[in-house]
Formats: sequence, C-alpha cells, structure tokens
Amino acid sequence: MARSNKPILWLPFAGGGLVAALVTPVLILITGVLVPLGVMHLHYETIAAFAHNPVGKLILFGVVALPAWHAAHRLRMTAHDLGLGGGITVKAACYGTTWLLILAATGALIAI
Amino acid sequence: MSETVTLEVLRYRPESDSEPHFQRYTVPYRDDWVVLDALNHIKDNLDATLSYRWSCHMAVCGSCGMMINNEPKLSCHSFLRDYRGRVIRVEPLDHFPIERDLVIVMDSFMDKLSSVKPYLIPKQDKPLGAGEYLQSPGELNAFHQYTQCINCVLCYAACPQIGLNEDFVGPAALALAHRYNLDSRDGGKDARAEMVASNEGIWECTFVGACSQVCPKQVDPAAAIQQTKISASVDWLKNLLTPGAHK
Amino acid sequence: MSRRPYLRKVERSWWLQHPRYVAYMIRELTSLFVGLYCALLAIGLVRLSQGAAAWDGFVAAFSSPPGVAFQLLCLVFAIYHSVTWFALTPKAMPLVVKGEPVPGTVIVGAHYVAWAAVSAIVLIAAGV
Repeated sequence: MARSNKPILWLPFAGGGLVAALVTPVLILITGVLVPLGVMHLHYETIAAFAHNPVGKLILFGVVALPAWHAAHRLRMTAHDLGLGGGITVKAACYGTTWLLILAATGALIAI
Repeated sequence: MSETVTLEVLRYRPESDSEPHFQRYTVPYRDDWVVLDALNHIKDNLDATLSYRWSCHMAVCGSCGMMINNEPKLSCHSFLRDYRGRVIRVEPLDHFPIERDLVIVMDSFMDKLSSVKPYLIPKQDKPLGAGEYLQSPGELNAFHQYTQCINCVLCYAACPQIGLNEDFVGPAALALAHRYNLDSRDGGKDARAEMVASNEGIWECTFVGACSQVCPKQVDPAAAIQQTKISASVDWLKNLLTPGAHK
Repeated sequence: MSRRPYLRKVERSWWLQHPRYVAYMIRELTSLFVGLYCALLAIGLVRLSQGAAAWDGFVAAFSSPPGVAFQLLCLVFAIYHSVTWFALTPKAMPLVVKGEPVPGTVIVGAHYVAWAAVSAIVLIAAGV
C-alpha cells in the first residue's frame, strides 16, 4: 500500500463537477433553447471577439475542459461499476477521448 | 389461530451443504417483536440448528447484522410490524463469506480496522508527568460522530465497491481513521495515509452513500471519506509543491 | 469440523437489485450527458476558429430539431447533476462557524444562490 496519485485525477474531477453544476445548465439553456427559439443570437463577431480575448479564452477553456474531465473520470469509475473492468481499454476510452476533446478545444482557442 | 409471520432464512451447513438454500419457518406475530426475537423463537422452539450472532438486543453491540428483505439491518432493530403481510427474507450480510447459516467471516474487516492505525499517535512524545491532554468540548465535537461506530459492518454489506473489490479498506475503517485524524490530540494523519490515501483506501470510493444510509448510529462514513479525499488531495499538492517540507 | 466459507458472487446486475443503486447509476449517468455537451461545445470552438460560415453552420446544426432534442436531454441530466452535486456538498465540506456547525441546508442553499447568480451573469453577458 502506498499513497496514491489519484488526486491528480480527482482534483480536476471535483472542480469540473462544480463548474458543470453551476455553469453547464445555463449554457445548454442558451444553445439548446434560447438560440433555437430565436430569443437570443450568438453572432460570430461577438463570440469570436470574446474568444479572441485572453480572459475569454480562459473562461471558454474552463467551461469545456473541466466538465469534460469530470465526465471522463466519472465514466471510468462507472465502467468499473458496470463490470467493464478498470483496464487500459476503459482508461483509454475515457481519458483518451477527453484529451482529444481538450486538445481540439485548446487548438481552436489558440487559433482564434 | 393467532397471527403468524413467515421467515425465509438462508441456511448453510458446510459439513453437509454444497451451497446455501432457504428454509421457511412460521413464527408468532407480536407487535413488539423484532426479527431477532423471531430467530430466537425458531432456535428455542422450531430448529435448534440455526446459527446466528447476537448479544445486546438493543443496537449497541453490532453483533446481529443481517440482510432483511435485501436491506442490511440489525435484526434487533427490525420490527416485525414493519414487515406485516410479507414474507421476511433473512440472509447473512452481503459481501462477506458465509461461515454457517447467518454467521459471516469477519476476519478481513478486523484486518482493515487495525490497518488504519486506530489509536492516538501524539504529535510529540509527552512524559506522563506533563499531565493530561486537554480537549475542549468544541474539539471533541469535531470528531464525536465518528466515534459512534459499533462495527456492525452493515456499511460493508451496503457498499457496492466492497462487493466489486474486497480489498477496499471500506467505510467503517475509513470513518475510524477520520475519527483519529480529526482528534486534536492526534498527529498520526501521515502515518495513516499509507493505507487511507492508497488506491484501496479512500480512492476506491465513488460516494454511492449507501453506507451512511444503512448505518444504525448515524456515523456517516460517506462524509468521512469525502472529507478525507479533500484532505488527502491537499496533502498531495503540498508534497508536490514543497517536497519533504511536511512531516 | 472443517470450515468451508461460501462467498456469494456479485452479479453484474447488482445495481438493479435495489432502488438505491438504480438511483446511484442514474446520478452517475448525468456525467455522460455533461461530457457529450462538452463535446458539442468543443466542436463549436473548432467551428468558431474556422470562420463565420463554419460557425453559422454550427449554430444551424445545434438549432435543428435533433440538435435541440439532444440538448434538452443533456439539460435534464445536467440539472439533475447540479441538484445531486449540491445535495452532497455539505458532507464533503462541513463548515463550522464560531464553534457551531453550519446546517447542511444553508450550504446547499448558498449553492443554489450561486447557481442562480452565475446563470444570470452568463445570460446577461451573452446578451439575452
């Protein structure tokens, strides 16, 4: 038995859980209800300007990457609960796809 | 013909049974009887071969834990009147090997308890002549609820992670470690971390919360484990950023 | 007398055996929909980096009936995540103020207030 390095996975999981709880619902409200209904508009110029700003980049990164990591870690644990094991396949599927998602988002934010 | 109740009890006799099976008994219904009273009636009048643990009959000794209609409960704390009109299924606690009938093998739990160093490890050695450790009511309050565990292991029966990994240190042991880590007289958090903050310790827990739901003493082991996750993560960061500075 | 302890096997369907564990699985499943929505946002950022035409295409796609249906499903699960997350916070972070434990309801309530405040700020900033 030795002290685990799990905190490196767990801390962003916990942070992501809080961000997901506080921010994700209103984002889905905007993109899933208000914009499709025409109550709100997400004009390219406005969003691009926000994403051009370094603070904006940080915020966008935070609301995408942290909840995504939260999902990755939680789904890895749930896969184990469902009897799918905790091996390299599960870890690759969960963390690997999330890293791709995070890298894609990061690349996009740098490019904007 | 006065009212009766049917108990469906799991039987397992290693010397003659290849696997467990159920046996039904009909016992008198009494408003003030608990399942333990029904079992005692069976043993005294119907079938002396039935084996089960019990002692205080008042939910303080932790001996009589069983699965009652698929729920981990103390049989002395489960009233027949709450199961009226139903067959009461009585089985040994989940996730433990069955020794015989309703008796489980608890060795793994005893080992896990001692593995978390459940005793005061003072911050500094103090000679006897220096006097007692002083502790305020507020300091006692901080860990008091975690002292209430009666080692009934209902929490282990309820915990799915114990079911999936029998090496998981488990709720009661981790709650006990938390009891000492929160004690103002104690300085042993680092010493306990070897087990507590290991992969088989707090990190196996996914906060299902079933342990706290079934605990007859409101110890809330789930809370103890989540608080330990935060504390262990902070210690991990401290060790990462300033290695060797914290002992 | 020889001992022969018998360990009953845990079935793969263990979580279906009791409503408590079904509720736990649903709670954990919320993270799948949070994750899928983050994938949608990540795609959005990529489209944003590709210019106005790509961005408008993305907006049109998520505003389509299947896009909205998917997001409504995500919204239901995301809200359930928030509710269950807030409910568990007092257990993970108990507060003691001036020697008295802060009631769990206060800690949970403060999170709902924060949720409302953050939501309002985001809506106003996005130009509702």
